[in-house]
Amino acid sequence: MLIGVSIITFALARVVPSDAAALYIGPKARPDEIEKIRIKLGLDKPLPIQYAIYMGELLQGDLGTSIGTKRPVTQELADRLPATLELLFAGMFLAVILGVPLGVLSAQSQGRGPDFFVRTISIIGISFPAFFLGLILQIIFFRNLHLFPLAGRIDVDLRFTSPVEMITNFILLDSLLTRNWIALKSATYHLLLPAITLAAYPMGLVARMTRATMLEVLGQDYIRTARAYGIKDRVVVYVYALKNAISPTLTVIGLTFAFALTGTFFVEIIFNWPGLGLFTVRSLLNLDYPAIMGITLFGAAGYVFINLNVDLLQAWIDPRISLK
Amino acid sequence: MLMAVPVLALDTEPSSTRTIKHVLSVILRDPLSLISTIMIIAFILMAVFAYQIAPYPEEGAGKPNVPNTMLPPSQEHWFGTDRLGRDVLSRVIVGARSALVVPIIVVTLAVLIGAPLGAVAGYKGGRIDEVIMRITDLFLAFPSLLLAMAITSALGRGLGNAAIALVVSWWPWYTRLVRGVTVGLKERYFIEAAQAIGVRDGVIILRHILPNTISPILVQATVDMGIVIIAMGGLAFLGLGTQPPAPDWGLMVSEGRSYILEQWWISTFPGLAIFVVVLAFNLLGDTLRDIFDPRQYR
Repeated sequence: MLIGVSIITFALARVVPSDAAALYIGPKARPDEIEKIRIKLGLDKPLPIQYAIYMGELLQGDLGTSIGTKRPVTQELADRLPATLELLFAGMFLAVILGVPLGVLSAQSQGRGPDFFVRTISIIGISFPAFFLGLILQIIFFRNLHLFPLAGRIDVDLRFTSPVEMITNFILLDSLLTRNWIALKSATYHLLLPAITLAAYPMGLVARMTRATMLEVLGQDYIRTARAYGIKDRVVVYVYALKNAISPTLTVIGLTFAFALTGTFFVEIIFNWPGLGLFTVRSLLNLDYPAIMGITLFGAAGYVFINLNVDLLQAWIDPRISLK
Repeated sequence: MLMAVPVLALDTEPSSTRTIKHVLSVILRDPLSLISTIMIIAFILMAVFAYQIAPYPEEGAGKPNVPNTMLPPSQEHWFGTDRLGRDVLSRVIVGARSALVVPIIVVTLAVLIGAPLGAVAGYKGGRIDEVIMRITDLFLAFPSLLLAMAITSALGRGLGNAAIALVVSWWPWYTRLVRGVTVGLKERYFIEAAQAIGVRDGVIILRHILPNTISPILVQATVDMGIVIIAMGGLAFLGLGTQPPAPDWGLMVSEGRSYILEQWWISTFPGLAIFVVVLAFNLLGDTLRDIFDPRQYR
């Protein structure tokens, strides 16, 4: 599977019509210098050999050197990944802790007020492009209400007054570990708007999916039996029903994780969040093909990894789904 | 739901014209889906007759009018003007062409490529199935939008290449969907009957299988329209899609981004246009799903 994925990414990079060697060295290069770089980058060799070299390096964890920054792509990714993951997890966390209860509430009150409310906000959530929702939130919460900061990951002043000691590069975690409460507060404030922007789409999907499966489960005989035994409604709904309804929702969560990963790119641009997004876009626009290959490959690997975990989680929650 | 009814009585081939009539009657009865259908049609008409409708068609296409720069919404300019003094309303109207009509073409092409492959894979089975589905899975291993971004970047920025990239990233979804439906259909009596009287495989796929996959495709395509419109806008927003001075909703949101706190109208109106159109497609998709298969969710 991953071999096929690597072939696609490799092929993509070689379709690039412009001359990678010329890009690498810059616009003022002489032809003989370009030729030297071409040999240095291995671009003079036939494609299958180039692919073999690429795979060899890949297996050693080497994704090549970024044309734009002249640094190893793996290092670029590693430096920026914590910020992106922080945003991604915060967004997905919000989506799940809001989406699942909203979906349950909606199913419980099918056809009545709360159901209508939840269905409205979830369809709005899935219809709002992230790159527009972010701007709207900036207008409302920064310009009009002055509640949240406009952009960035933490107050710049804090770099001097109470700097965060970087241990994991996850600012929230680091400031928590070092008991830096001022930084924690600032980082949380900075994280909220981007996280909400990112969460809107997955939350809508999760709520809709939960609602649909809950409606189905709540109509089953064993739920009626549980109710007839006089078990409290809350227990029936959240323990017996939800446990059976959560599996399809997990599939949706897995799928939207991938969607949210590309979503973070837009959110990062709007909120000037120093993660993978800005780097990705710059690479895409400048045809920095080693970086593009690295990011695409990483995205695919992350996607496969998340879906694998979703499968494992489903088998753990629901014994009827067995691992082959 | 099939279980309670005698199988033989049910197993007549549903005709696609009847399906369409059924859909139309439901849409006409449900106000929400009626409104969204009308809105979608209105937006498409707006795109087609953009230059006749737009109050300032030349500015809509990209001609600057610098003296009018960044005017707030007013009688002359309902949506205000942008950094180069162009009427935002005109640009939203003309921008519908790349932001709305191109996604329609993209989804149609993705269906035309993906559906037949899925039908062949599901009907033939065996090695052909194996090969087609392996390739499909490969494409599905990438987050679709990320793949589209990488392809656009490789082919070169621009509306056409962005559209090609989206088709390449979206067709596998339809292959997977149609294959699933086909595997179920293959067991039905009308297919067996066709095989028994010696109808050729190609004809069976074309005449008997594909028409019966129309309803799930229709549901999927309607929901995908929203996603593809957002993806298309996203590519333009990043600078990979439509190139200035041509108008595109995503591009306009991006152009107005630096002025969002003062001249909010530059980004807000094109952004709202995307939102409204996507909302309409999602509402319509919900209705269609309720008609065809209330249980299936993606």
